[in-house]
This record gives sequence, structure tokens and C-alpha cells, in this order.
Amino acid sequence: MTGIDVARPTAPPLARWTVAPIWSEGLAAALVWIGAGALTLAWPDLTPWARTGLWALFQFALAAPLLALSLAGASWTLTGRLKPAGRWLIALPLALSAWQVLTAKTGILPLPFFPPPQSILEVYTDDAGRLVESVVHSLALLLPGYFAGALFGFAIGVAVGWSKTASYWGHPILRFVGPLPATAWLPVAFFFFPGARSASTFLIGLSTLFPVAVLTASGVGSVLSGYYDIARTLGASRSFLIRKVAVPAALPHVFVGLFMGLGASFAVLIVAEMMGVKAGLGWYLQWAQGWAAYANLYGALIIMALLFSGLIALLFAVRDRVLAWQKGMVRW
Amino acid sequence: MTALEQTLDVPSASSAHGLSVQVRRVSHAFATKTGQLPVLDDVSFTIEAGEFVALLGPSGCGKSTLLRLLSGLDAPREGKIGADGVRITGPDPSRLLVFQDPTLYPWRSVRQNLAVGLETRGVLKAQKGRVDEILRLVGLEAFADALPHELSGGMAQRAALGRVLVNDPRLLLLDEPLGKLDALTRMTLQEELLKIWQARRFTSVLVTHDVEEALLLAQRILVFSDRPARIIRELAVPLDYPRRRDDPAFVALRQEILSGLAPH
Ligand SMILES: Nc1ncnc2c1ncn2[C@@H]1O[C@H](COP(=O)(O)OP(=O)(O)OP(=O)(O)O)[C@@H](O)[C@H]1O
Ligand SMILES: [Mg+2]
Repeated sequence: MTGIDVARPTAPPLARWTVAPIWSEGLAAALVWIGAGALTLAWPDLTPWARTGLWALFQFALAAPLLALSLAGASWTLTGRLKPAGRWLIALPLALSAWQVLTAKTGILPLPFFPPPQSILEVYTDDAGRLVESVVHSLALLLPGYFAGALFGFAIGVAVGWSKTASYWGHPILRFVGPLPATAWLPVAFFFFPGARSASTFLIGLSTLFPVAVLTASGVGSVLSGYYDIARTLGASRSFLIRKVAVPAALPHVFVGLFMGLGASFAVLIVAEMMGVKAGLGWYLQWAQGWAAYANLYGALIIMALLFSGLIALLFAVRDRVLAWQKGMVRW
Repeated sequence: MTALEQTLDVPSASSAHGLSVQVRRVSHAFATKTGQLPVLDDVSFTIEAGEFVALLGPSGCGKSTLLRLLSGLDAPREGKIGADGVRITGPDPSRLLVFQDPTLYPWRSVRQNLAVGLETRGVLKAQKGRVDEILRLVGLEAFADALPHELSGGMAQRAALGRVLVNDPRLLLLDEPLGKLDALTRMTLQEELLKIWQARRFTSVLVTHDVEEALLLAQRILVFSDRPARIIRELAVPLDYPRRRDDPAFVALRQEILSGLAPH
């Protein structure tokens, strides 16, 4: 480097000896988690549950890193990430304790409809294999259908948004058939397709296709005419106008369609698994309900919520990257 | 000479880099909900190759409309428009318009926005240095990788000007390209524009509200009436470049235009 090397301001040596500030909410959260664990152990269950000890241990185990972070590392980046969640980290053990007291300790909320937290933990320890298998099956059914539907929907949307002929024929169909929920096609699809799996994949694709196509078409149709004018004066071909002007300008709409399609595909996935495909989280729910295994039911619902919100978070992360050029983007 | 050239009555000397422009009895109107809105009324003029002409006129009279017709984006309802004696039937990279509103592509960086024309013509690789050269010219080299929403209004206008200059146009149509700039940047860019024009000798048509700007830059000024626009005055500016605002001849010309524009 040729520039003058400016000395960086260094912290005065005294700073080393000053006490790092404590993250007080984190400390409070750690203490409440410890309290929740102690409550679990100290108050005997009405009828003993197999995983009460493990549940207490789990709560202590959560307290430990919180304690370490709040005392030692107010300046760590991890602490910084967790800080906004401070009040949630306090409220969560309180809510779990209330649940525990109302179920396992006092029985105010009756079994079998209200299983205590330790029984859900038991589901995860004792039925992990089947749950993992169900998640794998659900993803294997969902993703191919979703991607195929998104791809076809995007292509149809671009065509309908761009071409007058495609719009003339395609738009009424989208308008007329689109509002039908894909699950309504279930009986027809199970009849026409060789197996429940292929029928379900088709329906998941269909449920994704419509919102993606409609939103893509409206996105392409609402591109500022000035964007086209500029490209046209600069000698752009039709293919350039579509690929480099219409599509990027429509992308914010496309992502709304992808988001709506993802939600619709979840609904179809679960219904399809309950109705025909003998695997996956939907089928697990069905099975648990049949045996009145409510702990399994809630356990599977929690996993489903984590999985689906995780997929949506993933989609939004992709969107934030792709649409980083947008100003004042709406966060989900 | 082609037949069209004869009908359009082309002036001589079209060998320079610039295109000559022929506007013959052009009228234009827009269809609106309330009926036809006449915008241009029997407008005729000629611009010689390499000439710098300014168009002055009240807001909403049809100046931007006229520039769109010259760029070939729209076709006039009546009359003929030609460039170098050839009738204009559509847009072409040799005739480029800097729009009143910068309209940069928000998903492209400043550099990528400037490169659009090279990309559409498939010469991006061959003319790589061209974009950097123009970035320097419009003073945006520090913002080459910025996105349009990170630019000020004036910077966006400079980028829009740069996007057109990259393509070395033969007819440069400027629709109040310096409208959003502060007085100082405006003066610098006026000088730059003059330098580029003197170096490249393209034909320049500048729409402006600013009488001084027209007098500083143009060799000839066309003054338009209220909508529907007709040419109400044509004024040569026989001053040498660079021009000075305090030059008595300059002041006299400004006075003359302003008195002509004043409501009677
Ligand atoms: N696409 C259009 N459809 C209908 N009317 C239009 C259209 N474009 C322009 N006009 C009308 O034509 C008239 C002239 O517009 P134009 O943009 O050419 O004015 P201008 O002289 O450039 O004004 P300014 O100096 O304010 O930019 C206006 O009354 C405007 O409302
Ligand atoms: Mg205008």
C-alpha cells in the first residue's frame, strides 16, 4: 500500500481489567430454566412418567449455555444474536412449567388429550426412527412436486404475461380453474394416476403452479413501460427484453407466488399423506390419532411446524439474496 | 440520393458523425378518455448533422413527445420524420434518448446499467474499457458497483446520461437531463456535455426549461407554443464556445427570449 498507514485507535490498557457488562435478560432466562428443571424434579408426578428426569436435565442443559453467555460474553456475536430473543427465553420455561403443573403434577388438564411435556420428549426418544423416516418421506414427496410446479408455473406465467395469444387462452383458464383448491382434485387424481405417490406429486405441483403462474404473469404485465423503451432504443432483441428486463422486474411478484405456492403445497402434502400415501408426517398424524396417541400427535405437529417454517425461512433467505437490489423490502 | 431523401429535402453535408434530422409537417395526438388530445400541431424543422439544437417550451406542450418520435419509439399520427434522409420507422442505437426520468434498472449495478447497450449489441467483451471510460466521464467511477437505489437523484441522471453515451450515438436526444442537479454539478456537466459534443460531433437535441442552459449549449433554439405545440420562434445563437453568462451578447439574447416568452 502506498497510502499513509494511519495508526488505529487502540483501547486503553485499563479496559482489559474492567468487568464485561452482564446480559441481564440472559441471566434471568438461565435462572428461570434452572427453576423449571428444579420444579420438574422436586414436585412428584401424579402418575410417574418415564422421562421426567430427562426433561429436567434438558431444562438444566439449556440453562448452562445461557448462564455462560450472560456472564462471560455480553460482547460475543452469539450473545448479540440471542439478545432480541431475551424475553422469549424467559417466557418459554415459564409456559412449559405451567403446562407441566397443569398436566403431570396436578392433572387439572386431563389425559389423554393433554399429555405433559415429558411425554412428548418420550415420543422423541422412543419413536425417533419413525419420525425421521416420516420427515424424509414428506420431503421426498413435497420437493419434487413443488419444484416442478414452480418451474411450470413460472414458464406459464412468463408466457401469459408476455404474449397476447398466450394471455388470451391462458388467462381465462387460470382465472377459472385456479381458485379450485388442489385437494379438490384428489379423487380425480387418484383415479387417473397409477399410484398414490404420483397422484400426490401431481397435486402438489398443481397447487404450486397456479399461484406462481398468476403472480408471475401479473409481475410481467406490470413492468414499467420505460424499462422496455430504454432497452428497445439500445437495440434489445425480444429475448433480451424477456430475459433481462421482464423477468428480473417481475421477480418480486414471482417470489410472492412461490411463497403462496409453498403454503398451498403443505396443505396438499398432508391431506395426500392422510388419504392415500402410507408414509410421511401426515400419515403419522393419522396413525397417532387412530391410536389416541396424543403425545405422538403433538410431537409430530411440533416437528411439522419446525419443518414448514424452516422451509419458508429458507425461501425467504433465497429471496433476500436474489432481491437484494430492492429497497425497503417487506420482511416476513 | 434516395427518393425519400428528395421528399424530405435533406440539407447538404451529412458526412459528419452526426445524423441530420428532418421533421416535416408532423402532428401528433393521444387518445384519452375524454377524446383526442392534440399535442403537436404541424411542426416542421431541420437539424443539420452535428448541430446542437435546444427546444424550449412550456410544461406539457409536447417536448417529450417530440423526442420520443425522433427516437423512433412512437410514430407520428401525421407527417414524416427522417434521419439522414431515411424515414425513421423504429428505435435504433444510433439515435438515443436520455429520458426525463432516469429509469435505471434497479436490479443492475451502475456499471451493469451503463453496459446494457453493449450487451444488447453483443459487443460487451470487445469494448470492456468503454464503460469505465464513461463512468469517469460522468463522475461515477466511485459508484460503479452501487445499486440505483443508493444513488442521489442527480447521480441517477448522470448514470442515465452515461448509459446512452457508452453507445456513441449519432443523434443524442436529451430530455431535461440536468433537471435534478444542483447548480454546481449542473454547470460542470454542461461543460462536459459541450466537450463531448465538440469531440464527437454527434447531433444534439436538448429539451430544457432553462433559457440560460439553452443559450450556453445550443447553436439554435426552437421555442414552442402551449399545447398543441407549434414552433413560435427560431433563434440562432451566434456566440463562440465556451460562452459566458455575463457576455453582453449573451445577456441580450436571454432578454430577447424571455420577453418573447412573457405572457402578453
Ligand atoms: N402516453 C400518453 N398518453 C396520453 N397522453 C399523453 C401521453 N404522453 C403524453 N401525454 C400528454 O401529452 C402532453 C404533452 O406531454 P409531454 O410529456 O410531451 O410534455 P412536455 O412538453 O415534455 O412537458 P414537461 O416539460 O412538463 O416535461 C401532455 O398533456 C400529456 O398529458
Ligand atoms: Mg417532458
